Amino acid sequence: MNQGFHIAVCGSLVPDPLQTLEPIAGPQGPALKNEMMLPAVLDPWASHALYEAAHLARQDGESRIWLVSIGPRARLQQLMMSIAQKAVFELVACDGPAGGFTDAAEVARVLADTVAAIPELDPQRLLLFGGCASASRDAGATLQMTGERLGITEQFLNVDELTVQEGVLRIKERIEGGRYLVSACDGPPAVVGWATGMLPEPPNNPQIGMQNMRSIMPALQRAKSVTLEAPELTFESVTVPQQRRDTRIVKDTPTDEIAAELVQWLREDS
Amino acid sequence: MEEILYIAHTDTGGNLGRQAREALNAALVLAPEGKGLAVAVFGRGAAAALQTLGGCGAGRYLVAEAAELEDSRYATDVAAIAALVDASGAAIVVGPGTARFRRSFPGAAQRCGGRVDTQVTAMEPAADGLRIQRWYYRQRMVATLARASRPWLVLTASGAFAPWSGTAAAVDARPVAVEAASRTRVLGVETPEADSQTIRPEADVLLVAGAGWTKKQADGQTHAAQAEQLIREFLERAQASLGSSKSLVDLSSEGEEVLSVFSHLNQVGQTGMAPRHSKGLATCCHGEEPHTVGWRFINERRAINLDPNCGWAQGKADVLYVADAFEVLARVNALLTPE
Repeated sequence: MNQGFHIAVCGSLVPDPLQTLEPIAGPQGPALKNEMMLPAVLDPWASHALYEAAHLARQDGESRIWLVSIGPRARLQQLMMSIAQKAVFELVACDGPAGGFTDAAEVARVLADTVAAIPELDPQRLLLFGGCASASRDAGATLQMTGERLGITEQFLNVDELTVQEGVLRIKERIEGGRYLVSACDGPPAVVGWATGMLPEPPNNPQIGMQNMRSIMPALQRAKSVTLEAPELTFESVTVPQQRRDTRIVKDTPTDEIAAELVQWLREDS
Repeated sequence: MEEILYIAHTDTGGNLGRQAREALNAALVLAPEGKGLAVAVFGRGAAAALQTLGGCGAGRYLVAEAAELEDSRYATDVAAIAALVDASGAAIVVGPGTARFRRSFPGAAQRCGGRVDTQVTAMEPAADGLRIQRWYYRQRMVATLARASRPWLVLTASGAFAPWSGTAAAVDARPVAVEAASRTRVLGVETPEADSQTIRPEADVLLVAGAGWTKKQADGQTHAAQAEQLIREFLERAQASLGSSKSLVDLSSEGEEVLSVFSHLNQVGQTGMAPRHSKGLATCCHGEEPHTVGWRFINERRAINLDPNCGWAQGKADVLYVADAFEVLARVNALLTPE
């Protein structure tokens, strides 16, 4: 009998990709200038994980989804305004830093403790979802360490497709050369780190938004305060490389001339 | 310097790939001439593959070759890495950032009680250990950092180090037993058909296509079929790899007219890849994202665009050709055709 999955999606906020970012030295180590003021979005890969979780849950009608987020409470509240209409989920929030310079191992510790403490979550039905990496730290390490802490030994990374047939998970992971590794796992618990998946971003649904917000606000009020300290980690420098190039503009030039120049360039040894 | 372990896995043919040789060179930066270095290989044909690294001068060699380790699976890979780290007693562990290791190294670090850093682009020994360099916020800023925790597992970024090119030599490898079990079965690898291969990590040239290829052209019509043919011909004749902007990839999932040559695997930029090629040619791209993020590791950059004021190209490309990409690429393809 399929009782559905218990899907915990790990993901938090990152600065909007179009923002200019500037590092500064803060009391706890490096940080972003005006970090609390920067417009933020749900981490892009975590977003895909959430959409895939919603898609999976719709198929059996019995699954539940928790979105587990670590971030400053006020900023999480802002973030929820934009994603609450995308998919049905229950928020589990931790009030703490969400920057890229936090250590993946520390984040994994908090995530694992938080997931393990979800009262109605059945570990035997758990699918731990998240992005294959974050757009901030970009380590691609947090999810695996979280899974290890939870004792989950079946893990998949860079996943673009997950289908379920008679309880068996069939998973496609991106590997080198534009290929997919196809695996079958005999069921949960499992960790799935999503790449972009195959689904488009769902349209906003106000009904889903209203349904979610009933639980989101209490969840934000209950958010426990967490600290992410890694005294063993020392940043010596964080810099933005200056890579402005002196661009040569070629215009009002015949196509043949441009093509010949390009072909010559392509054939040169670099 | 502390004890260093270099660890690699073989591919399905029992060979060590380019990334494995790059990581070995990185490890040799920390252990010049192999002093204080242990080399470990696991997977199919690991013992034979280990001999191909015999000329690196390492003091110790370890091998794990159980049948369970032949397939790329998290549970068995983590068990193998943890066993090899434990057997070596190394403080610093260096491995290549392959898909297999990107999945398993962090879990192995957790199991060994250590820490992990991935996508490392530079390493240098220091009096008190090691300094590494890696990028944050999707290649927008670069950090130099050190850790006190040991073991410290480090995955190198593909293309960041020159591959080791030493000779093979017979070595006496110590076998390491690995207790490994998994609930996962590998069913196989889905490979693009030979004539439709668009991702070539070893290619000199990356062609980046933007959404402009699917927009209305001067005659008021779209020409998706022609665009696709031009792109395919260029990839074949220049043996180039293909990247695309997010907006072009997303068209396929939004039901708009699309180029079938693209999938999410081709995407470069914020949620895609940041590939390393010596040359990059952008066509019909207008967004900021693929170029600041996806182009970070492209050395020579040129672009074809109808807008001379395109914000990203100014200062990000070496040369901007203000021209119709359809016409230019058709002519380039003709010139690249063997006589």
